Amino acid sequence: MSTTTPEPKTFTGRSYGINFGRTLTLGVSRIKYEVRAYFRQGDSVFFTFLFPVVMLTIFSLAFSEQDFGTGGETLTAAAFYLPGMLAAGLLLSGLQNMAIDIAMEKSDGTLKRFAGTPLPVMSYFIGKIGQVFVTGVLQATLVILVASIAFGVELPSEPGKWLTFAWVFVLGVTTSAVLGIALSALPRSGKSANAVVIPVALVLQFISGVYLGFSMLPEWLQNFASIFPLKWMAQGMREVFLPASFKVLEQSESWNLPGVAIATGLWLVLGLIATRITFRWIRKDS
Amino acid sequence: MNTTAPVVQVDNLRKTYGSFAAVDSVSFEIQRGETFALLGPNGAGKSTTIEILEGYRDRTSGIVSVLGVDPGKGGLDWKARLGIVLQSSGESGNVTVREQLTHFAGYYPNPRRVDEVIASVGLEEKAGTLIRKLSGGQRRRVDVALGIIGNPELLFLDEPTTGFDPEARQQFWRLIRSLKSDGTSILLTTHYLDEAAQLGDRAGVIAGGKMIEIGAIDELGGADSRVPIVRWRDGGTAREERTHSPGAFVASLMLNGAEPAGLEIIRPSLEDIYLQLVADHATAHEVENAR
Repeated sequence: MSTTTPEPKTFTGRSYGINFGRTLTLGVSRIKYEVRAYFRQGDSVFFTFLFPVVMLTIFSLAFSEQDFGTGGETLTAAAFYLPGMLAAGLLLSGLQNMAIDIAMEKSDGTLKRFAGTPLPVMSYFIGKIGQVFVTGVLQATLVILVASIAFGVELPSEPGKWLTFAWVFVLGVTTSAVLGIALSALPRSGKSANAVVIPVALVLQFISGVYLGFSMLPEWLQNFASIFPLKWMAQGMREVFLPASFKVLEQSESWNLPGVAIATGLWLVLGLIATRITFRWIRKDS
Repeated sequence: MNTTAPVVQVDNLRKTYGSFAAVDSVSFEIQRGETFALLGPNGAGKSTTIEILEGYRDRTSGIVSVLGVDPGKGGLDWKARLGIVLQSSGESGNVTVREQLTHFAGYYPNPRRVDEVIASVGLEEKAGTLIRKLSGGQRRRVDVALGIIGNPELLFLDEPTTGFDPEARQQFWRLIRSLKSDGTSILLTTHYLDEAAQLGDRAGVIAGGKMIEIGAIDELGGADSRVPIVRWRDGGTAREERTHSPGAFVASLMLNGAEPAGLEIIRPSLEDIYLQLVADHATAHEVENAR
Protein backbone atom coordinates (compact mmCIF):
# COMPACT_ATOMS: atom_id res chain seq x y z
CA MET A 1 0.00 0.00 0.00
CA SER A 2 2.37 2.68 1.22
CA THR A 3 5.53 2.89 -0.82
CA THR A 4 7.20 5.47 1.40
CA THR A 5 8.97 4.56 4.58
CA PRO A 6 6.57 3.81 7.42
CA GLU A 7 5.84 6.80 9.57
CA PRO A 8 6.55 6.28 13.23
CA LYS A 9 3.32 5.67 15.06
CA THR A 10 3.87 8.06 17.87
CA PHE A 11 1.97 11.10 18.91
CA THR A 12 2.98 14.28 17.10
CA GLY A 13 2.24 16.38 20.15
CA ARG A 14 -0.31 18.71 18.56
CA SER A 15 -2.89 19.61 21.11
CA TYR A 16 -6.56 19.87 20.23
CA GLY A 17 -7.71 20.70 23.73
CA ILE A 18 -8.72 24.28 23.07
CA ASN A 19 -8.15 25.27 19.49
CA PHE A 20 -10.73 27.68 18.12
CA GLY A 21 -9.12 27.90 14.70
CA ARG A 22 -9.40 24.17 14.17
CA THR A 23 -12.95 24.07 15.56
CA LEU A 24 -13.97 26.80 13.14
CA THR A 25 -12.18 25.31 10.13
CA LEU A 26 -13.79 21.94 10.73
CA GLY A 27 -17.13 23.69 11.33
CA VAL A 28 -16.95 25.33 7.91
CA SER A 29 -15.95 22.01 6.38
CA ARG A 30 -19.02 20.46 8.01
CA ILE A 31 -21.31 23.19 6.65
CA LYS A 32 -20.28 22.35 3.08
CA TYR A 33 -20.64 18.64 3.75
CA GLU A 34 -24.05 19.05 5.41
CA VAL A 35 -25.48 21.35 2.73
CA ARG A 36 -24.39 18.97 -0.03
CA ALA A 37 -25.97 15.99 1.73
CA TYR A 38 -29.16 18.01 2.48
CA PHE A 39 -29.90 18.75 -1.16
CA ARG A 40 -29.37 15.10 -2.08
CA GLN A 41 -32.09 14.03 0.35
CA GLY A 42 -35.27 14.13 -1.72
CA ASP A 43 -37.79 14.15 1.13
CA SER A 44 -36.05 16.87 3.14
CA VAL A 45 -35.83 19.05 0.06
CA PHE A 46 -39.56 18.71 -0.46
CA PHE A 47 -40.91 18.77 3.10
CA THR A 48 -38.63 21.41 4.54
CA PHE A 49 -37.07 23.37 1.69
CA LEU A 50 -39.85 23.65 -0.89
CA PHE A 51 -42.82 23.35 1.48
CA PRO A 52 -43.35 27.09 2.13
CA VAL A 53 -43.17 27.96 -1.56
CA VAL A 54 -45.57 25.13 -2.37
CA MET A 55 -48.01 26.32 0.31
CA LEU A 56 -47.70 29.94 -0.83
CA THR A 57 -48.51 28.85 -4.37
CA ILE A 58 -51.51 26.81 -3.26
CA PHE A 59 -52.96 29.62 -1.10
CA SER A 60 -52.33 32.22 -3.78
CA LEU A 61 -54.11 30.14 -6.41
CA ALA A 62 -56.92 28.88 -4.15
CA PHE A 63 -57.83 32.33 -2.79
CA SER A 64 -56.98 34.30 -5.91
CA GLU A 65 -60.50 35.82 -5.99
CA GLN A 66 -60.44 36.87 -2.35
CA ASP A 67 -59.24 40.04 -0.69
CA PHE A 68 -57.57 40.00 2.69
CA GLY A 69 -57.59 42.92 5.05
CA THR A 70 -59.47 45.28 7.28
CA GLY A 71 -61.98 47.82 6.05
CA GLY A 72 -59.74 50.23 4.18
CA GLU A 73 -56.71 48.43 2.82
CA THR A 74 -56.86 45.00 1.23
CA LEU A 75 -54.23 42.56 0.02
CA THR A 76 -54.03 39.62 -2.37
CA ALA A 77 -53.73 36.15 -0.87
CA ALA A 78 -50.04 35.97 -1.88
CA ALA A 79 -49.20 39.25 -0.14
CA PHE A 80 -51.20 38.27 2.94
CA TYR A 81 -49.58 34.83 3.26
CA LEU A 82 -45.99 35.80 2.38
CA PRO A 83 -44.87 36.70 5.95
CA GLY A 84 -46.45 33.56 7.37
CA MET A 85 -44.71 31.36 4.81
CA LEU A 86 -41.37 32.98 5.62
CA ALA A 87 -41.96 32.27 9.31
CA ALA A 88 -42.94 28.68 8.44
CA GLY A 89 -39.66 28.40 6.53
CA LEU A 90 -37.76 29.41 9.66
CA LEU A 91 -39.54 26.71 11.64
CA LEU A 92 -39.15 24.00 9.00
CA SER A 93 -35.53 24.68 8.05
CA GLY A 94 -34.57 25.07 11.67
CA LEU A 95 -36.63 23.12 14.14
CA GLN A 96 -38.17 20.39 11.99
CA ASN A 97 -35.07 19.79 9.89
CA MET A 98 -32.65 19.71 12.85
CA ALA A 99 -34.82 17.63 15.15
CA ILE A 100 -35.40 14.91 12.54
CA ASP A 101 -31.88 15.05 11.11
CA ILE A 102 -30.12 14.71 14.46
CA ALA A 103 -32.53 12.06 15.76
CA MET A 104 -31.73 10.04 12.63
CA GLU A 105 -28.00 10.55 13.07
CA LYS A 106 -28.32 9.44 16.66
CA SER A 107 -30.03 6.20 15.73
CA ASP A 108 -28.09 5.28 12.59
CA GLY A 109 -24.68 5.44 14.24
CA THR A 110 -23.44 8.69 12.69
CA LEU A 111 -23.01 10.36 16.08
CA LYS A 112 -21.39 7.28 17.53
CA ARG A 113 -18.87 7.40 14.73
CA PHE A 114 -18.16 11.08 15.41
CA ALA A 115 -17.70 10.28 19.09
CA GLY A 116 -14.74 8.13 18.11
CA THR A 117 -13.07 10.83 16.00
CA PRO A 118 -11.32 14.05 17.01
CA LEU A 119 -14.22 16.14 15.64
CA PRO A 120 -15.13 18.81 18.24
CA VAL A 121 -18.82 18.89 19.19
CA MET A 122 -18.81 22.63 18.49
CA SER A 123 -17.68 22.00 14.89
CA TYR A 124 -20.61 19.64 14.49
CA PHE A 125 -23.00 22.33 15.76
CA ILE A 126 -21.41 24.99 13.55
CA GLY A 127 -22.01 22.60 10.65
CA LYS A 128 -25.65 22.04 11.60
CA ILE A 129 -26.51 25.68 12.26
CA GLY A 130 -24.57 26.73 9.16
CA GLN A 131 -26.55 24.24 7.10
CA VAL A 132 -29.81 25.65 8.50
CA PHE A 133 -28.62 29.17 7.78
CA VAL A 134 -27.58 28.47 4.18
CA THR A 135 -30.72 26.50 3.32
CA GLY A 136 -32.90 29.00 5.22
CA VAL A 137 -31.50 31.95 3.25
CA LEU A 138 -31.99 30.13 -0.06
CA GLN A 139 -35.51 29.12 0.98
CA ALA A 140 -36.51 32.68 2.00
CA THR A 141 -35.03 34.06 -1.22
CA LEU A 142 -37.04 31.57 -3.24
CA VAL A 143 -40.29 32.34 -1.38
CA ILE A 144 -39.82 36.11 -1.79
CA LEU A 145 -38.92 35.78 -5.48
CA VAL A 146 -41.92 33.56 -6.23
CA ALA A 147 -44.23 35.92 -4.33
CA SER A 148 -42.87 38.91 -6.18
CA ILE A 149 -42.43 37.52 -9.69
CA ALA A 150 -45.22 34.94 -9.98
CA PHE A 151 -47.85 36.63 -7.80
CA GLY A 152 -46.92 40.31 -8.11
CA VAL A 153 -46.49 40.96 -4.39
CA GLU A 154 -45.07 44.41 -3.78
CA LEU A 155 -41.93 44.20 -1.68
CA PRO A 156 -40.93 46.86 0.86
CA SER A 157 -38.54 49.50 -0.43
CA GLU A 158 -37.43 51.07 2.88
CA PRO A 159 -34.01 49.83 4.07
CA GLY A 160 -35.34 49.85 7.65
CA LYS A 161 -37.86 47.13 6.78
CA TRP A 162 -35.13 44.93 5.33
CA LEU A 163 -33.02 45.54 8.41
CA THR A 164 -35.91 44.27 10.52
CA PHE A 165 -36.23 41.31 8.15
CA ALA A 166 -32.51 40.56 8.61
CA TRP A 167 -32.56 40.46 12.40
CA VAL A 168 -35.88 38.63 12.66
CA PHE A 169 -34.55 36.09 10.17
CA VAL A 170 -31.18 35.58 11.86
CA LEU A 171 -32.63 35.44 15.37
CA GLY A 172 -35.52 33.29 14.22
CA VAL A 173 -33.51 30.76 12.24
CA THR A 174 -30.92 30.42 15.01
CA THR A 175 -33.54 29.96 17.72
CA SER A 176 -35.41 27.49 15.56
CA ALA A 177 -32.25 25.48 14.84
CA VAL A 178 -31.19 25.37 18.50
CA LEU A 179 -34.69 24.30 19.56
CA GLY A 180 -34.54 21.61 16.89
CA ILE A 181 -31.28 20.29 18.34
CA ALA A 182 -32.88 20.23 21.79
CA LEU A 183 -36.03 18.55 20.44
CA SER A 184 -33.93 15.83 18.77
CA ALA A 185 -33.48 14.31 22.24
CA LEU A 186 -37.17 13.33 22.37
CA PRO A 187 -37.70 10.70 19.65
CA ARG A 188 -36.74 7.24 20.89
CA SER A 189 -35.56 6.18 17.45
CA GLY A 190 -34.83 7.64 14.05
CA LYS A 191 -37.96 6.02 12.67
CA SER A 192 -40.22 7.77 15.18
CA ALA A 193 -38.56 11.16 14.63
CA ASN A 194 -41.00 12.20 11.89
CA ALA A 195 -43.98 11.14 13.98
CA VAL A 196 -42.79 13.12 17.01
CA VAL A 197 -41.51 16.24 15.32
CA ILE A 198 -43.86 16.95 12.41
CA PRO A 199 -47.06 17.19 14.54
CA VAL A 200 -45.32 19.62 16.89
CA ALA A 201 -44.26 21.78 13.96
CA LEU A 202 -47.66 21.50 12.28
CA VAL A 203 -49.69 22.48 15.34
CA LEU A 204 -47.39 25.44 15.95
CA GLN A 205 -47.89 26.61 12.38
CA PHE A 206 -51.68 26.43 12.67
CA ILE A 207 -51.90 28.36 15.94
CA SER A 208 -49.20 30.91 15.17
CA GLY A 209 -50.75 32.70 12.20
CA VAL A 210 -48.99 30.86 9.40
CA TYR A 211 -51.87 29.10 7.64
CA LEU A 212 -54.74 30.80 9.46
CA GLY A 213 -54.81 34.56 9.92
CA PHE A 214 -53.74 35.16 13.52
CA SER A 215 -56.60 37.63 14.14
CA MET A 216 -59.11 34.91 13.23
CA LEU A 217 -58.09 32.84 16.25
CA PRO A 218 -59.92 33.13 19.59
CA GLU A 219 -58.13 35.19 22.20
CA TRP A 220 -57.26 32.25 24.45
CA LEU A 221 -55.58 30.49 21.55
CA GLN A 222 -53.70 33.66 20.63
CA ASN A 223 -52.49 33.87 24.21
CA PHE A 224 -51.46 30.23 24.16
CA ALA A 225 -49.61 30.64 20.85
CA SER A 226 -47.79 33.66 22.29
CA ILE A 227 -45.94 31.34 24.63
CA PHE A 228 -44.12 29.88 21.61
CA PRO A 229 -41.61 31.63 19.37
CA LEU A 230 -43.25 31.00 15.98
CA LYS A 231 -46.06 33.48 16.68
CA TRP A 232 -43.44 36.15 17.31
CA MET A 233 -41.36 35.31 14.25
CA ALA A 234 -44.48 35.51 12.09
CA GLN A 235 -45.40 38.85 13.70
CA GLY A 236 -41.92 40.22 12.94
CA MET A 237 -42.28 39.12 9.32
CA ARG A 238 -45.73 40.77 9.10
CA GLU A 239 -44.20 44.05 10.24
CA VAL A 240 -41.81 43.84 7.30
CA PHE A 241 -44.19 42.78 4.54
CA LEU A 242 -47.69 44.03 5.50
CA PRO A 243 -48.90 47.64 5.28
CA ALA A 244 -48.74 49.62 8.53
CA SER A 245 -52.54 49.69 8.80
CA PHE A 246 -52.54 45.92 9.41
CA LYS A 247 -51.02 46.31 12.82
CA VAL A 248 -54.50 46.85 14.31
CA LEU A 249 -55.03 43.12 13.73
CA GLU A 250 -52.22 42.24 16.11
CA GLN A 251 -52.85 41.40 19.73
CA SER A 252 -51.64 44.71 21.12
CA GLU A 253 -52.66 46.55 17.95
CA SER A 254 -48.96 47.15 17.32
CA TRP A 255 -46.14 45.14 15.72
CA ASN A 256 -44.39 45.00 19.10
CA LEU A 257 -40.90 44.36 17.68
CA PRO A 258 -39.29 44.50 21.14
CA GLY A 259 -41.67 41.68 22.12
CA VAL A 260 -40.54 39.73 19.05
CA ALA A 261 -36.89 40.13 20.06
CA ILE A 262 -37.48 39.29 23.73
CA ALA A 263 -39.74 36.25 23.21
CA THR A 264 -37.54 34.75 20.48
CA GLY A 265 -34.38 35.54 22.43
CA LEU A 266 -35.75 33.84 25.54
CA TRP A 267 -36.47 30.71 23.53
CA LEU A 268 -32.95 30.85 22.11
CA VAL A 269 -31.50 30.87 25.63
CA LEU A 270 -33.89 28.11 26.70
CA GLY A 271 -32.89 26.03 23.66
CA LEU A 272 -29.19 26.51 24.36
CA ILE A 273 -29.62 25.40 27.96
CA ALA A 274 -31.69 22.36 26.94
CA THR A 275 -29.11 21.45 24.28
CA ARG A 276 -26.27 21.79 26.74
CA ILE A 277 -28.05 19.46 29.15
CA THR A 278 -29.41 16.86 26.74
CA PHE A 279 -26.98 16.60 23.84
CA ARG A 280 -24.48 13.75 23.91
CA TRP A 281 -22.69 12.06 21.05
CA ILE A 282 -23.96 8.82 22.50
CA ARG A 283 -25.93 7.64 25.47
CA LYS A 284 -23.30 5.74 27.42
CA ASP A 285 -24.44 2.34 28.61
CA SER A 286 -27.73 2.42 26.77
CA MET B 1 6.58 9.31 25.95
CA ASN B 2 7.61 5.78 26.71
CA THR B 3 7.34 3.91 23.41
CA THR B 4 8.01 0.53 24.96
CA ALA B 5 4.96 0.72 27.24
CA PRO B 6 2.02 -1.44 26.12
CA VAL B 7 -0.49 0.44 23.93
CA VAL B 8 -3.34 -1.21 25.81
CA GLN B 9 -3.29 -2.25 29.45
CA VAL B 10 -6.37 -3.79 31.02
CA ASP B 11 -6.24 -4.91 34.61
CA ASN B 12 -9.13 -6.56 36.40
CA LEU B 13 -11.74 -4.88 34.22
CA ARG B 14 -15.30 -5.31 35.37
CA LYS B 15 -18.57 -4.06 33.89
CA THR B 16 -21.87 -4.86 35.50
CA TYR B 17 -25.44 -4.09 34.51
CA GLY B 18 -27.45 -4.55 37.68
CA SER B 19 -26.45 -7.94 39.01
CA PHE B 20 -25.24 -9.15 35.60
CA ALA B 21 -21.49 -8.99 35.00
CA ALA B 22 -20.97 -8.47 31.26
CA VAL B 23 -17.22 -8.31 31.78
CA ASP B 24 -15.67 -9.90 34.85
CA SER B 25 -12.04 -9.49 35.96
CA VAL B 26 -10.59 -9.32 32.47
CA SER B 27 -6.89 -8.52 32.20
CA PHE B 28 -4.64 -8.32 29.16
CA GLU B 29 -2.04 -6.16 27.46
CA ILE B 30 -1.31 -5.29 23.86
CA GLN B 31 2.27 -4.37 22.95
CA ARG B 32 3.13 -1.69 20.42
CA GLY B 33 2.92 -3.09 16.90
CA GLU B 34 1.08 -6.19 18.04
CA THR B 35 -2.20 -7.55 16.66
CA PHE B 36 -4.33 -8.98 19.42
CA ALA B 37 -7.45 -10.98 18.59
CA LEU B 38 -10.31 -11.11 21.06
CA LEU B 39 -12.38 -14.24 20.48
CA GLY B 40 -15.53 -15.50 22.07
CA PRO B 41 -19.17 -16.44 21.46
CA ASN B 42 -21.91 -13.85 20.94
CA GLY B 43 -22.70 -12.03 24.16
CA ALA B 44 -19.43 -13.11 25.78
CA GLY B 45 -18.36 -9.54 26.49
CA LYS B 46 -16.06 -8.87 23.51
CA SER B 47 -17.85 -5.77 22.29
CA THR B 48 -18.42 -4.44 25.80
CA THR B 49 -14.68 -4.73 26.44
CA ILE B 50 -13.69 -3.08 23.16
CA GLU B 51 -16.23 -0.27 23.65
CA ILE B 52 -14.83 0.45 27.11
CA LEU B 53 -11.38 0.71 25.54
CA GLU B 54 -12.74 3.01 22.81
CA GLY B 55 -14.27 5.31 25.42
CA TYR B 56 -17.87 4.50 24.47
CA ARG B 57 -18.77 2.84 27.74
CA ASP B 58 -17.88 3.47 31.34
CA ARG B 59 -16.42 0.64 33.37
CA THR B 60 -17.60 -0.46 36.77
CA SER B 61 -14.11 -1.09 38.10
CA GLY B 62 -10.59 -2.01 37.08
CA ILE B 63 -7.73 -0.17 35.44
CA VAL B 64 -7.71 0.58 31.72
CA SER B 65 -5.06 2.48 29.83
CA VAL B 66 -5.16 3.02 26.06
CA LEU B 67 -2.11 4.79 24.62
CA GLY B 68 -1.35 5.87 28.15
CA VAL B 69 -4.76 7.48 28.65
CA ASP B 70 -7.83 6.42 30.64
CA PRO B 71 -10.47 6.00 27.88
CA GLY B 72 -13.12 7.48 30.16
CA LYS B 73 -11.18 10.75 30.09
CA GLY B 74 -9.75 10.63 26.57
CA GLY B 75 -9.93 13.96 24.75
CA LEU B 76 -9.65 14.92 21.10
CA ASP B 77 -5.85 14.53 21.09
CA TRP B 78 -6.28 10.97 22.21
CA LYS B 79 -9.03 10.22 19.68
CA ALA B 80 -6.80 11.57 16.89
CA ARG B 81 -4.43 8.66 17.56
CA LEU B 82 -7.12 5.96 17.37
CA GLY B 83 -8.93 4.30 14.51
CA ILE B 84 -12.28 2.76 15.35
CA VAL B 85 -14.28 0.36 13.20
CA LEU B 86 -17.53 -0.25 15.05
CA GLN B 87 -19.48 -3.45 14.86
CA SER B 88 -22.51 -1.93 13.22
CA SER B 89 -23.06 1.04 11.01
CA GLY B 90 -26.33 2.01 9.45
CA GLU B 91 -25.59 5.41 8.01
CA SER B 92 -27.68 6.28 5.01
CA GLY B 93 -24.92 8.47 3.62
CA ASN B 94 -25.90 10.97 0.99
CA VAL B 95 -22.28 11.55 0.17
CA THR B 96 -19.89 9.61 -2.02
CA VAL B 97 -17.13 7.38 -0.72
CA ARG B 98 -14.47 9.90 -1.73
CA GLU B 99 -16.39 12.88 -0.27
CA GLN B 100 -16.79 11.17 3.09
CA LEU B 101 -13.18 10.04 3.31
CA THR B 102 -11.84 13.43 2.24
CA HIS B 103 -14.02 15.09 4.85
CA PHE B 104 -12.98 12.71 7.64
CA ALA B 105 -9.32 13.02 6.66
CA GLY B 106 -9.64 16.67 7.65
CA TYR B 107 -10.31 15.69 11.27
CA TYR B 108 -6.82 14.22 11.71
CA PRO B 109 -3.40 15.86 11.98
CA ASN B 110 -1.60 13.32 9.82
CA PRO B 111 -4.12 11.49 7.62
CA ARG B 112 -3.44 8.91 4.95
CA ARG B 113 -3.98 9.85 1.32
CA VAL B 114 -7.63 9.39 0.40
CA ASP B 115 -7.01 7.63 -2.92
CA GLU B 116 -4.53 5.29 -1.29
CA VAL B 117 -7.09 4.34 1.38
CA ILE B 118 -9.85 3.86 -1.22
CA ALA B 119 -7.55 1.57 -3.19
CA SER B 120 -6.53 -0.37 -0.10
CA VAL B 121 -10.14 -1.33 0.63
CA GLY B 122 -10.78 -2.08 -3.04
CA LEU B 123 -13.39 0.61 -3.66
CA GLU B 124 -11.68 2.45 -6.54
CA GLU B 125 -14.64 1.80 -8.83
CA LYS B 126 -17.12 2.97 -6.20
CA ALA B 127 -15.23 6.10 -5.12
CA GLY B 128 -17.80 8.37 -6.79
CA THR B 129 -20.87 6.40 -5.65
CA LEU B 130 -23.20 7.56 -2.90
CA ILE B 131 -22.66 5.45 0.20
CA ARG B 132 -26.36 4.62 0.52
CA LYS B 133 -26.20 2.96 -2.90
CA LEU B 134 -23.44 0.56 -1.86
CA SER B 135 -23.99 -3.06 -0.85
CA GLY B 136 -23.61 -4.11 2.79
CA GLY B 137 -20.12 -5.51 2.23
CA GLN B 138 -19.02 -2.39 0.38
CA ARG B 139 -20.32 -0.15 3.18
CA ARG B 140 -18.36 -2.26 5.63
CA ARG B 141 -15.26 -1.51 3.61
CA VAL B 142 -16.06 2.19 3.88
CA ASP B 143 -16.20 1.70 7.67
CA VAL B 144 -12.76 0.14 7.57
CA ALA B 145 -11.49 2.96 5.34
CA LEU B 146 -12.83 5.54 7.82
CA GLY B 147 -11.08 3.64 10.61
CA ILE B 148 -7.67 3.93 8.97
CA ILE B 149 -7.94 7.33 7.25
CA GLY B 150 -6.44 9.09 10.29
CA ASN B 151 -3.32 6.93 10.18
CA PRO B 152 -3.96 5.59 13.69
CA GLU B 153 -1.40 4.27 16.15
CA LEU B 154 -3.98 1.85 17.47
CA LEU B 155 -6.79 0.40 15.39
CA PHE B 156 -9.90 -1.20 16.87
CA LEU B 157 -11.67 -3.63 14.56
CA ASP B 158 -14.94 -5.01 15.92
CA GLU B 159 -15.95 -7.90 13.66
CA PRO B 160 -14.66 -6.08 10.60
CA THR B 161 -15.27 -8.66 7.88
CA THR B 162 -18.87 -9.64 8.64
CA GLY B 163 -20.65 -9.68 5.29
CA PHE B 164 -17.47 -9.87 3.18
CA ASP B 165 -17.18 -12.36 0.36
CA PRO B 166 -14.07 -14.59 0.45
CA GLU B 167 -12.20 -12.42 -2.03
CA ALA B 168 -12.94 -9.24 -0.06
CA ARG B 169 -11.81 -10.98 3.11
CA GLN B 170 -8.49 -11.95 1.52
CA GLN B 171 -8.04 -8.38 0.37
CA PHE B 172 -8.86 -7.11 3.86
CA TRP B 173 -6.27 -9.43 5.35
CA ARG B 174 -3.64 -8.02 2.98
CA LEU B 175 -4.63 -4.52 4.10
CA ILE B 176 -4.29 -5.42 7.78
CA ARG B 177 -0.90 -7.02 7.16
CA SER B 178 0.31 -3.86 5.47
CA LEU B 179 -0.96 -1.80 8.44
CA LYS B 180 0.91 -4.17 10.73
CA SER B 181 4.07 -3.72 8.74
CA ASP B 182 3.60 0.04 9.12
CA GLY B 183 3.72 -0.46 12.87
CA THR B 184 0.00 -0.08 13.66
CA SER B 185 -1.15 -1.87 16.80
CA ILE B 186 -4.48 -3.63 16.32
CA LEU B 187 -7.21 -4.99 18.54
CA LEU B 188 -9.48 -7.29 16.54
CA THR B 189 -12.63 -9.09 17.54
CA THR B 190 -13.87 -11.72 15.16
CA HIS B 191 -16.01 -14.82 14.81
CA TYR B 192 -13.72 -16.20 12.14
CA LEU B 193 -10.98 -18.26 13.69
CA ASP B 194 -9.08 -18.42 10.41
CA GLU B 195 -9.04 -14.63 10.46
CA ALA B 196 -7.59 -14.59 13.97
CA ALA B 197 -5.02 -17.21 12.89
CA GLN B 198 -4.11 -15.20 9.77
CA LEU B 199 -3.77 -11.82 11.45
CA GLY B 200 -3.29 -12.24 15.18
CA ASP B 201 -0.02 -12.42 17.04
CA ARG B 202 -1.79 -13.27 20.25
CA ALA B 203 -5.39 -13.97 21.14
CA GLY B 204 -7.61 -13.99 24.17
CA VAL B 205 -10.77 -16.06 24.46
CA ILE B 206 -13.64 -14.48 26.38
CA ALA B 207 -16.64 -16.50 27.54
CA GLY B 208 -19.29 -15.45 30.02
CA GLY B 209 -17.45 -12.16 30.58
CA LYS B 210 -14.26 -13.90 31.69
CA MET B 211 -10.95 -14.27 29.90
CA ILE B 212 -10.64 -18.04 29.83
CA GLU B 213 -7.49 -18.28 27.75
CA ILE B 214 -4.82 -15.95 26.51
CA GLY B 215 -1.62 -16.52 24.60
CA ALA B 216 0.16 -16.70 21.27
CA ILE B 217 -2.20 -17.96 18.56
CA ASP B 218 -0.20 -21.13 17.97
CA GLU B 219 -0.06 -21.90 21.70
CA LEU B 220 -3.70 -21.26 22.55
CA GLY B 221 -5.27 -24.04 24.63
CA GLY B 222 -1.87 -25.44 25.55
CA ALA B 223 0.23 -28.15 23.90
CA ASP B 224 -2.20 -30.92 24.87
CA SER B 225 -5.02 -29.41 22.82
CA ARG B 226 -2.87 -29.80 19.70
CA VAL B 227 -2.21 -33.51 20.12
CA PRO B 228 -3.32 -35.22 16.88
CA ILE B 229 -6.41 -37.39 16.97
CA VAL B 230 -6.67 -40.70 15.18
CA ARG B 231 -10.23 -41.75 14.37
CA TRP B 232 -11.43 -45.00 12.90
CA ARG B 233 -14.31 -47.44 13.10
CA ASP B 234 -14.08 -50.76 14.82
CA GLY B 235 -16.98 -52.87 13.75
CA GLY B 236 -19.89 -50.45 14.11
CA THR B 237 -18.42 -48.18 16.82
CA ALA B 238 -16.43 -45.01 16.29
CA ARG B 239 -13.06 -45.06 18.02
CA GLU B 240 -10.73 -42.19 18.76
CA GLU B 241 -7.22 -41.94 20.18
CA ARG B 242 -5.10 -38.88 20.92
CA THR B 243 -1.45 -39.52 20.39
CA HIS B 244 1.80 -37.68 19.79
CA SER B 245 2.86 -40.39 17.35
CA PRO B 246 -0.11 -41.02 15.10
CA GLY B 247 2.01 -42.81 12.50
CA ALA B 248 3.15 -45.44 14.95
CA PHE B 249 -0.35 -45.74 16.29
CA VAL B 250 -1.82 -46.34 12.84
CA ALA B 251 0.91 -48.88 12.17
CA SER B 252 -0.13 -50.69 15.35
CA LEU B 253 -3.74 -50.69 14.15
CA MET B 254 -2.55 -52.43 10.97
CA LEU B 255 -0.86 -55.26 12.89
CA ASN B 256 -3.83 -57.57 12.52
CA GLY B 257 -3.67 -56.97 8.77
CA ALA B 258 -7.14 -55.47 8.24
CA GLU B 259 -7.50 -51.97 6.87
CA PRO B 260 -9.24 -49.84 9.61
CA ALA B 261 -12.55 -48.42 8.38
CA GLY B 262 -12.95 -44.61 8.15
CA LEU B 263 -9.35 -43.91 9.20
CA GLU B 264 -8.53 -40.22 9.84
CA ILE B 265 -5.65 -38.38 11.44
CA ILE B 266 -6.68 -34.90 12.58
CA ARG B 267 -4.55 -32.08 13.84
CA PRO B 268 -6.92 -29.79 15.77
CA SER B 269 -7.34 -26.44 14.03
CA LEU B 270 -7.57 -23.18 15.95
CA GLU B 271 -11.32 -23.50 15.52
CA ASP B 272 -11.37 -26.96 17.13
CA ILE B 273 -9.24 -25.71 20.01
CA TYR B 274 -11.41 -22.63 20.45
CA LEU B 275 -14.65 -24.63 20.43
CA GLN B 276 -13.19 -27.02 22.99
CA LEU B 277 -12.17 -24.11 25.24
CA VAL B 278 -15.61 -22.55 25.09
CA ALA B 279 -17.33 -25.91 25.63
CA ASP B 280 -15.09 -26.67 28.63
CA HIS B 281 -15.90 -23.27 30.10
CA ALA B 282 -19.64 -23.83 29.64
CA THR B 283 -19.42 -27.23 31.34
CA ALA B 284 -17.39 -25.84 34.24
CA HIS B 285 -19.92 -23.04 34.56
CA GLU B 286 -22.83 -25.49 34.74
CA VAL B 287 -21.04 -27.55 37.38
CA GLU B 288 -20.42 -24.37 39.35
CA ASN B 289 -24.07 -23.35 39.08
CA ALA B 290 -25.26 -26.81 40.07
CA ARG B 291 -23.43 -26.61 43.39
